[in-house]
Formats: sequence, structure tokens, C-alpha cells
Amino acid sequence: MWNTVKLGGLALITLLAAMASNYGRDFAYQVHAFIVMLAAAVTFVYVLRATGEPAKPRDTGYQDGVIRFGVVATTVWGIVGFLVGLVIALQLAFPALNFAALQGYGNFGRLRPLHTSAVIFAFGGNALIASSFYVVQRTSAARLWGGNLAWFVFWGYNLFIVLAATGYLMGVTQGKEYAEPEWYVDIWLTIVWVAYLAVFLGTILIRKEKHIYVANWFYLAFIVTIAMLHIVNNLVLPVSIFGSRSVQLFSGVQDAMTQWWYGHNAVGFFLTAGFLGMMYYFVPKQAERPVYSYKLSIIHFWALIFLYIWAGPHHLHYTALPDWASTLGMVFSIVLWMPSWGGMINGLMTLSGAWDKLRTDPIIRMMVISIGFYGMSTFEGPMMSIRAVNALSHYTDWTIGHVHSGALGWNGMITFGVLYFLTPRLWNKDRLYSLRLVDLHFWLATIGIVLYAASMWVTGIMEGLMWREVDPQGFLVNSFADTVGAKFPMYVVRATGGLLYLTGALIMGFNLLMTIRRAPVKAETPVMAAAQ
Amino acid sequence: MTRKSPQNQEVETTGHSWDGIEELNNPLPKWWLYTLYVTIVWAFIYALAYPAWPGLRGASAGFLGFSTRGEVAGDIARFEALNASIDSALAAADLTEITPGSDLYTYALNAGHSVFLNNCAQCHGAGAAGNVGYPNLLDDDWLWGGTLADIQYSVTHGVRNTDDADARYSQMPKFGADGILEDAQIAQVVNYVLQISGQDFDAGLARAGAAVFEDNCTACHGADGTGMRAFGAPDLTDAIWLYGGDAVTLTDSVTNARFGVMPAMGLRLSSAEVNAVVTYVHAQGGGE
Ligand code: HEC
Ligand code: HEC
Ligand code: HEM
Ligand code: HEM
Repeated sequence: MWNTVKLGGLALITLLAAMASNYGRDFAYQVHAFIVMLAAAVTFVYVLRATGEPAKPRDTGYQDGVIRFGVVATTVWGIVGFLVGLVIALQLAFPALNFAALQGYGNFGRLRPLHTSAVIFAFGGNALIASSFYVVQRTSAARLWGGNLAWFVFWGYNLFIVLAATGYLMGVTQGKEYAEPEWYVDIWLTIVWVAYLAVFLGTILIRKEKHIYVANWFYLAFIVTIAMLHIVNNLVLPVSIFGSRSVQLFSGVQDAMTQWWYGHNAVGFFLTAGFLGMMYYFVPKQAERPVYSYKLSIIHFWALIFLYIWAGPHHLHYTALPDWASTLGMVFSIVLWMPSWGGMINGLMTLSGAWDKLRTDPIIRMMVISIGFYGMSTFEGPMMSIRAVNALSHYTDWTIGHVHSGALGWNGMITFGVLYFLTPRLWNKDRLYSLRLVDLHFWLATIGIVLYAASMWVTGIMEGLMWREVDPQGFLVNSFADTVGAKFPMYVVRATGGLLYLTGALIMGFNLLMTIRRAPVKAETPVMAAAQ
Repeated sequence: MTRKSPQNQEVETTGHSWDGIEELNNPLPKWWLYTLYVTIVWAFIYALAYPAWPGLRGASAGFLGFSTRGEVAGDIARFEALNASIDSALAAADLTEITPGSDLYTYALNAGHSVFLNNCAQCHGAGAAGNVGYPNLLDDDWLWGGTLADIQYSVTHGVRNTDDADARYSQMPKFGADGILEDAQIAQVVNYVLQISGQDFDAGLARAGAAVFEDNCTACHGADGTGMRAFGAPDLTDAIWLYGGDAVTLTDSVTNARFGVMPAMGLRLSSAEVNAVVTYVHAQGGGE
């Protein structure tokens, strides 16, 4: 019966999407409607083939199939995102790589949002969804709530990514950084995200543990806040339901403030809170040590989520934003320093007594360096939010360096650690294919980050100083083109760093693949942890 | 259930365990807590010192009286006061009277260089050597004229813009697009231009082209094709091209004509700044 309803719904969607594809007012919209039609049709066939099959006996263990897909998606999207990052880094160094034949599809302006969304939403997002599904089941001693809803979340989210990514290449964008997708893609993500919240919260509600583990607080804060941010920052009026353009609800400085309230909390909740959730489960697991301080975890959790929400204006210093708002953004950012470091302390101190593992276990080493970079970028961030410092750093590559020491160091490294942790367990293997390759990956990635961050500090501070340099009579000394020319060598260094980082990720992909195909099978099958 | 932690015999765990993970009951690190308090206290002090508390009618100004706009305005005012006397001398000066080597001249060159980098370089190139469609200002090949007065006029009013009624203006006809000449005639005149500019050409076509040129082009480009400054019509006999001298580009220039626009800089710059940049451009080697 339920399957019949589903089939009817899917058939309807296929039909409507086909019509939309036909009536679409612009090419991108037509392509998107076509993709939706295909997705609905494939799902229809899939459901149809499953209909009438005898229902499988309900599996009482954890629902790990969807997590396995998540691990693969994270790895693949990561490699794609890093590759595009490398391409745009090379395009900045060698503008001739903006090939005339690819104008309008493969030039820097089109590829940059592809990079940011591929790494943040595709790589980071899949890592967050997969790891949260893993963690919430283990720490609640319960199977994911909602049956196949988790599958809907996974496929729905990845459909969102495909629509967003193809949209950028065809020039569909709202022009809001990290919120580029247009209205219909936003609506779809909202549906998927509500389903995600339902699965996650549902699992917590049916938990067999008495208390909710700290990792789950962070994951939940991430899911709830992102829903709120996404909806408010995407309040638009479509020009036509058959077109990919829309008009923003807010305008002028209100729009800028909403955008950076969103943008900063995308950092705070997507790239920080969610990843702290990962840290709180996988670091103690891999180190086999208790978390350092329960008290610290409570205090820094509440302080962090309270303070982050207010810090957005530090992205708009010295703009049309009124001074009072910029001051408030700045002071909240400074107070945010210690709450951020609370997470770092709890992560690092969890290893006390297990420091020797740093030498023997490259996975722990990845996690530790990741926490180190987290600490570094959350010191750098508050410093950059000081108005006088921002007067120098704003619009320069310093910001880009800050972004990537957080992104490559903290988000990237912890995700690699988690993928190495999960793969043998999810595919029921005894161990990874090769720890030496993990070691190699560790070094390639670390050197890559150092090259990236160091070169961007150099160019960032250099161009900031060049822009403001005046002669004794107050005349500017350099033209903008002079600063661009001066940055060239550091752009090459940055691209080299990116190449190393990408190579490391490719080695990881190989290692994980070989683990799945070759590594020896583990003797006993996993059973659900007994509630304690 | 309380268990001793394996790391530190003094500290106990909270007693829960999730999938084997326990939590120790360590207190908050003292330095962490005190630093947090310090940042909070600092935040309040800072928020009293600077504009911060929004009200119904504007926000608190802060006891330091700071504002970002005020800060920039202060910087600008300081330099304007510093340069006020020399700027007014420059604004009033007859540019031909400024003697090289004088203080005013040195000042005009420095200021002109800076004005150029920030207002002209994006089109004419950081070294003033030009780009396709944007003339080189270093050489002595001028479209509209290279005396101080000519340059001052070009800079102040610009070329073919709609903002300044006195902008320099001229328009070459679109010989191909508007059907004035046949494609064959265009091929002929292009070969004639190739000939007078000393490049490889087809003798037969060029011979016919001389007549086409005579009838259609000399009014602006001159009988010998060396251009005419009254119309800003370029010299077609030298190796210097605004858009390009190969057959394909020449054909395009004749077929569709060109319409180079330069903004009226007098509407954006002070007269001292205009005079400074004119002096600077004139001194670059091509000045007449
Ligand atoms: C938006 C681009 C642009 C900017 C900015 C610009 N120019 Fe020009 N300029 C042009 C173009 C185009 C021409 C040639 C117009 C034509 O085809 O006749 C020109 C012509 C000139 C000429 C006449 C050259 C000749 O051969 O007679 C002078 C002098 C000049 N510019 C100086 C300046 C100075 C000085 C500045 C800065 C204060 C400046 N320009 C800024 C585009 C620009
Ligand atoms: C009404 C005056 C006028 C007439 C007639 C005229 N031109 Fe021009 N021509 C110009 C002007 C003015 C320019 C510069 C346009 C600019 O800078 O945007 C120009 C530019 C050109 C250029 C580009 C030069 C370069 O350096 O790239 C070529 C080639 C040219 N003309 C050829 C011709 C030929 C051939 C004819 C006759 C068939 C012709 N013009 C008739 C005014 C004229
Ligand atoms: C191989 C690795 C990478 C390379 C070579 C790379 C390269 C780049 C380049 C060249 C830019 C544009 C900078 C500019 O406009 O000046 C950029 C922007 C950005 N990248 Fe990366 N990147 C990499 C990995 C990542 C990862 C893993 C993340 C996040 C998880 C990330 C997040 C971002 C963000 C958020 C921006 C926009 C920054 C801003 O607008 O301030 N990148 N990257
Ligand atoms: C306490 C923590 C942090 C604070 C106060 C902070 C502060 C800042 C400041 C002041 C800027 C520069 C804004 C500008 O001048 O335009 C910035 C940019 C940025 N930060 Fe942070 N940061 C923090 C942590 C992080 C972390 C951990 C990450 C990533 C994982 C991160 C990612 C970014 C990104 C992506 C941008 C670029 C935004 C853009 O312009 O596109 N930040 N941050």
C-alpha cells in the first residue's frame, strides 16, 4: 500500500518535472528539471522492482548501509572539491588557464563557487551526515529512526549537490557566498534537512542510554541552526515558477547583514559545531581514553552556540554597516576565543596518558593536528575580527589563509581520521589496507597546509600593506595591478600546497578502496552495544 | 557508578558510558576560565568606549567618540591641510609655466603618478603603455594631440562619453555593417591600408583600394593616411595600432568601426589632480 502511494508520487514528480523541463524559461532551469525527472524516474523503477518482493526480516542491528554510501560520497566529493580548488589556484597564478573555449563554464568565476560548495557542502556535508548517523546510533544504542528516511536524506542531499554544482557551471546563482543555489534548490534542501532532523532527533528520542552524549548535542545544534540560517537567508520571490531567477526579500545593508549572519554561522555550525561532534566521538574512540572534562564540554558548548550567532558583523567591518553593529560583532568574536579553545582543550587533553600513540598511530596524529589547526584558526579569527587588524586583513589573501588553515587543517584532517576509522568497521575488516599510506597521506597533507597557509599570510599581509602605502604627501604608492603582480610567486606556492593536499587525498581514496576489497575480514560480526 | 580514570588516579568519571566512551570530571582549567572572564570584562569596557548599544534613535557613541567614517575623513583632512597651499598653486598654474625641477613640478609628478595608478592604469596600463583599444601614452603618436593643453582637454572632458557635453567626439562610419561599402571594396581598402603601413599586401586589390580610400577615408584619416587630430583619427601608416594592423582586425575596424570611450575625469578629480596627472603624462616621453 505504502509503495503504491510512493509510486504514484514519483510518477507525478516525473511528469511535472518533464513539463517543467519543457516550459522552462532558461536553459539551466530546463536542465535541472530534466535531472529531477531522471532522479524521480530511476527511483520509480527502483521502488517498482522492490514492490511485491517479500518484506525482508527486519534487521535489528545498526543501519550502516547508508553510512557506507556516505563514506564513499565523502571521499569522492572531497577529491573533486580539492581538484577544483587546485584548478582555481592555478587560474589565479596563470590567468591563461581561463580558456576561451570554456568561457562561461570553466572560468574562475564559475569554478570558485563550485569549489567552495564541493568542499563545504559535498565533502563536509556528507562527512557530517554519515558520521552523525554512525555516532547517534552507537551512543544511543538504537537503530536510526524512520526506516528508509535515512536513505532519503542521503540521496536527497546528494541530489541537492548535483543541482547546485551544475547550476554554478551554468551561471545560476543568487550571488550570496555559500548560499548560491537558487530558490527551487533551496526548497529541496529544506525538505531534505527537515528529514535529516527527524531521523537524528527520532533516534535520540528512542535511545536506550539515559543521557544524551555530548557529540549529539553538537550535531543537533548544527542541524537545527543550519535549518534556521538556510531558511532566513534564502527568503526570495521567484520571478517565475518556470525560471531559475528570484528577487531577494532583503536589500542593501540588511541583505548584507543577513548574508554574513548566515555566512559566519555556516562556519560556526557547519564547519565547527558539527565537526566538534565528530571530534567528541572519534577522538576518545581512537585514543581509547575518556573525554577530559565533562564540565568543560557543557560550558563551552553553551558559550559557543550563544556567542557564534552574534559574531557575523566582523565580516562587514568598514562597510555600510553601522559602526555599532560592527563593534558588537567584534566583541562577541573576542569572547568567542575561549569557548572555542574549550573544544580544543577537551580534544587534546583526552589524549593525556596516550601521547605515545602519536608515534605509532597515524590516525591519532591526524586527529591531533586537526585539533591543533582548530585552535590556531580560532585564535586567528578573533584576532582578525579586531577592527584595526581587519583594516589590514580584509579583502586580502590573509582571509583565504585563515579559511584554509581551518578548512584543510581542522575540517579536512578530522574527516580523514574519521574515514580511516570508519572504513574497516563498516566493511567488517580487521584493519586498514596500509598504515604506511596513512602516514604518507598525513605528511603530504600537513606540508600542503603549511605551504598554503604560509604563502597566504605572506601575500595577505604584503598586499594589505601595499594597498595602504602612501607617500609623505598622502598619495597612494601602488596600483592594484602592482599588488597582483607581486603575489605571483606565492600563488604558485599555494597551488603547490594544494597539489600535495590533493595527492594525499588520492592516496587515501586508494587505501580505502583497497581496504574494502583486500583487507582481511574481521572474525566476529558487530552487535549492538548493550545499554549501560 | 564511579570509576577511577586510568590517566589520573585523582579524577573520577561521571559514571556514564556511551559505546565505551567515558567522561572525566576534571574541573575547568583555571587559566581558561580567567581568560574567558578577562575577555568578557574587556568586551564591556570596549563597548562603552566605542559605538555599540543600539537604541530607538541611533546608537551610543562611545566615550572615545570614534567612528569609522570619522577616522577616514580625519586622514583625508590631514593630508588635504598638509597639501592645501601647493594644491591651490597647482590648480591655478598655467601648466606650460611650471619649470622642470621646481618644487611644484616634482610635486605634480609624484601626485600625477599616484592619480594615474588609481584612475587611469586600469585602462592605459600601470606603465601607461596602453592596451588594445586604449592608447599608449608614452609615445609621440597622439590621437587628439600631445601638448599640455591637448592632454588637459582629453583628460578633463574625456572622449565620446555622454557625461560631458564638451567631450571629444567623432564617429567613423560602419562601412560594412551599414552597407556603405561592398565586402569586395572593404577587402580592397584593407589591402591599401596594408600597403601604406608597409606590410605584405595584394597589389591588385591595393590598387583598387587606393580609390576607395580616396573617396571614403581621406576626410578623416588624411590624404596620405597619416591621420587627423581634429577627429582623433589614427595614423594608418605607422606600425602603431590602437586595435590592430593585421588583415582580420583591419577588416573588422572598417566593417564595424570603433567607438573608444574615455570618461570625463574632470568630473571625478579635483583640478589640482587633473593638472598633476596631465603633467605626469606629458613628462612620460611623448609630450609635445
Ligand atoms: C575607462 C577607460 C579609461 C580610463 C579610466 C582612462 N582612459 Fe584615457 N582613454 C581611454 C580611451 C578608450 C582613449 C582613446 C579614445 C579614442 O579612441 O580616441 C583614451 C584617450 C586618452 C588620451 C588621449 C590620447 C591621445 O592619443 O590623444 C589621454 C591623454 C588619456 N586618455 C589620458 C588618460 C588619463 C590621464 C586618465 C586618468 C586620469 C585616463 N586617460 C583614464 C580610456 C580610458
Ligand atoms: C568620420 C571620420 C572617419 C572616416 C570617414 C574613416 N575613419 Fe577610420 N577611424 C576614425 C576614427 C575616429 C578612428 C578611431 C576610433 C576609436 O579610436 O575608437 C578610426 C579608426 C580606424 C582604424 C583603426 C586603427 C587602429 O589603430 O587600430 C582603421 C583601420 C580605420 N579607421 C580605417 C578607415 C578606413 C579604411 C576608412 C575608409 C574606408 C576610414 N577609416 C574612414 C575616423 C574615420
Ligand atoms: C586542494 C585543496 C584546496 C585548494 C588548492 C583550494 C584553493 C582555493 C582557492 C584558490 C580559492 C579562491 C581564493 C581567492 O578567491 O582568492 C579558495 C576559496 C575557498 N576555499 Fe579552498 N582550496 C582547497 C581546499 C579547501 C577545503 C578543503 C575547503 C573547506 C572545507 C575550502 C574552502 C574554501 C572556501 C570557504 C573558500 C572561499 C574563501 C573566501 O571567500 O574567503 N577549500 N580555495
Ligand atoms: C572563534 C572563531 C573564529 C572567528 C572569530 C573568526 C573570524 C573571522 C574573521 C574576522 C574573518 C574575516 C572576515 C573578513 O575580513 O572578510 C573570517 C573569515 C572566514 N573564516 Fe573565520 N573565524 C573563526 C573561526 C573559523 C573557523 C574554525 C573556520 C573554518 C573552518 C573559519 C572559516 C572562515 C571562512 C570560510 C571565512 C571567509 C568568509 C568569506 O569572506 O568568504 N573561521 N573569520
